[in-house]
Amino acid sequence: MSDGAMGRRGVPVRLDKVSFSYGEVQLAFDVQFAAAEITAIMGPSGSGKSTLLNLVAGFETPGSGHVLIGGADVSAAPPAARPVSMVFQENNLFAHLCVEQNVGLGRSPSLRLTEADRADIAGALARTGLAGKENRLPRELSGGERQRVALARVLVRDRPVLLLDEPFASLGPALRDDMLDLVAAVHDERRMTVLFVTHQPEDARRIGRNVVFLDNGTVAATGTADDFFAGAGPDAFRRYIGAGAGNAVSRDIARKRT
Amino acid sequence: MAPARPTDPRVAAGVIALAAITLLIGGALAGLLVEGAHDFSGAWAAFDAYLLRVVRFTLWQASLSTLLSVVPALFVARALSRHPRFLGRGSILRLFAVPLALPAIVAALGILALYGRAGYFAGLFSTIGGQGWPGIYGLSGILVAHVFFNLPLATRLFLEALQTIPADQWRLASQLGMAAPPAFRLIEWPTLRAALPGVAGLVFMLCITSFTIVLTLGGGPAATTLEVGIYQALRFDFDPARAVALTMLQIAVTFIVVLALTRLGANVVGDTNLPVAPRRYLSVNGTEAVFNAGLIMLALLFVVGPMAATVAAGLGADLGRLAGEATVRQATFTSAVLAFLSALLSVMLSLALTMARRALALSRRAGARTLLEHATDTGAGFVLVVPPIVIGAGWFLLLRHAGDVFAIAPVMVVTVNAVMAMPFALRAVRPAYDAASERHERLCAQLGISGWARLRLVDWPSLRRPLATAFAFAMALSLGDLGVIALFGSDSVQTLPYLLLARMGSYRTADAAGLALLLGLVCLALVLAADWLGREKARNV
Repeated sequence: MSDGAMGRRGVPVRLDKVSFSYGEVQLAFDVQFAAAEITAIMGPSGSGKSTLLNLVAGFETPGSGHVLIGGADVSAAPPAARPVSMVFQENNLFAHLCVEQNVGLGRSPSLRLTEADRADIAGALARTGLAGKENRLPRELSGGERQRVALARVLVRDRPVLLLDEPFASLGPALRDDMLDLVAAVHDERRMTVLFVTHQPEDARRIGRNVVFLDNGTVAATGTADDFFAGAGPDAFRRYIGAGAGNAVSRDIARKRT
Repeated sequence: MAPARPTDPRVAAGVIALAAITLLIGGALAGLLVEGAHDFSGAWAAFDAYLLRVVRFTLWQASLSTLLSVVPALFVARALSRHPRFLGRGSILRLFAVPLALPAIVAALGILALYGRAGYFAGLFSTIGGQGWPGIYGLSGILVAHVFFNLPLATRLFLEALQTIPADQWRLASQLGMAAPPAFRLIEWPTLRAALPGVAGLVFMLCITSFTIVLTLGGGPAATTLEVGIYQALRFDFDPARAVALTMLQIAVTFIVVLALTRLGANVVGDTNLPVAPRRYLSVNGTEAVFNAGLIMLALLFVVGPMAATVAAGLGADLGRLAGEATVRQATFTSAVLAFLSALLSVMLSLALTMARRALALSRRAGARTLLEHATDTGAGFVLVVPPIVIGAGWFLLLRHAGDVFAIAPVMVVTVNAVMAMPFALRAVRPAYDAASERHERLCAQLGISGWARLRLVDWPSLRRPLATAFAFAMALSLGDLGVIALFGSDSVQTLPYLLLARMGSYRTADAAGLALLLGLVCLALVLAADWLGREKARNV
């Protein structure tokens, strides 16, 4: 495993004419995510953001079409076999396992760890600012620290694609900025492909290079974050982030209940 | 395209568990059908006046028991809810949970020790009545025992219902100056009325399938229910045709009742939760307080009486000699081993069904549930329609041609009791498993934690306590059960309840009382352990 400063560089993620339905809701995605970049996925509630991530992660299987990661068709692969790590909004940790074990599961799903593994885990914990908290249980950590543990596990898993499903939505503003900076720093080091679902325009502006805007279960627009926030995005996007987009953006628009 | 997912081992486990349950119940039904087909005219002829009388008595005693348990329970529960905090309230509620833990035969002995012909109250009753107290046998004994079990149960269920009334309603009531009668009519009664069909149905169901109470307190052909009739037809008269007829009737009656109950949305498994009192805003005036206190005191005396009598009579027995007796030791050992195996099997079956149900529900997403998922969901419910005696009777009839029926006693006791305890075990295990799965499923899939590693690292730590709760409860149920063993027991295979029944039958009352105390204490300890284990819920993130 080529661990260390370089890591594994990101690979492109492509949803090739993917369709998916649950109940009455029909979703159709045809989109490519650039390798080694952070792409913010935005859109109103129910537009399919989380479903898109679930399709890439393998928690959902497309009704038709293909999910391609680094050119390989992974549509039928189970989640653990895909070159993907995902951080959820909550429940990223096993409550009865300590910080070190929770991170160690990223290296071995049966927790059989070598000395080298342990060294990597210690390194990842130090990198995410958790040194000295190895033996804490999740309930002894703050909300921000729990998400740091999840990021530490992402580091030891070292997969070329990282999916973030509103992982910082329940954190306060300052803490969220810290976490975003940590994600940006980790991304600078590892250059993985990051798909980042968020409701917060300023999150997208802070670390996102590209934006994919979803509406009504399909990709409504794609472009660079700079263009989107300079007003070049589609009308639906401007309506979504509210009047006066770019300046006085409310922090709480359509915030998902947590 | 349909992606190939590896088959979930959890589903396989559920299928095996369902197959085992189906074999147990199906074998019994096969036994009945074979016997019925073999001697059809005999089975048909067995539908006589006697049978009709038995059916009538079964329904009559169950109706009366339900009425006498549920109506007082309404008022006791209300009294308890009107006084959310007074000294000893928690202890009273805990005492009201004890009958649920007590084996029926122990309670029956306690009631006899209190109200029987030679009971503690016999002298008093003789003085009042002016003649010799005949003791309570027959209908009166059955009713007292059923009320002893079901009044506290119904009270707790009603109290739970009353505590779902939002505190705001009480705040409003006290602000409007609502007195007790309108508060009852406008606030409490609507809630109680909603809970009434479910609670009454549960009690009716328990009374209709009650075996031990009727066997020990019924005392004669005049007070015989279907279940006891089956037992007598097989063990005493050896009349297989009559047994078939009785069994078919029992299945029909319970089926109708269960169906009606499900329609009413009743919960057919008793609960062991202890309701906690929320903060209340109400004022109770003096007269009502006295009335409530009197009511609670009466109910308390009624429930505590037989328990105290069990303890007193048990301590009066020559416990030292009993403990030294080889038969007693052998029966204790047999009981412990069989109950342990039964609890283990029960927990394993419940866990398998729970895991399969969850796995199937997860892979289904939207759309209709498959037949298999339905079966894993409600499969354990079938045991409610087919009481232990019926299963026992079916296998008894099936195997009597194949050799020594009594040799399979241990297998029958372990399997039937395991399946009987499943509704309770499932209630401890399923919510915990589903909640843990809710938190862990995606994480496990993502990290590739599956199979043995998942069981060891994820499921076992979060299920340890609920599994222990289910185990302890199942073991208590099995330990105190006198159903299957009454049919299959013999001198070579005796459990404690069976030995107790034998000692009662041979009028060695002191011995029986000593054994009852022992059995009651062990079961109580197990249920307390189950309760304690269940209460300390694992904290989640």
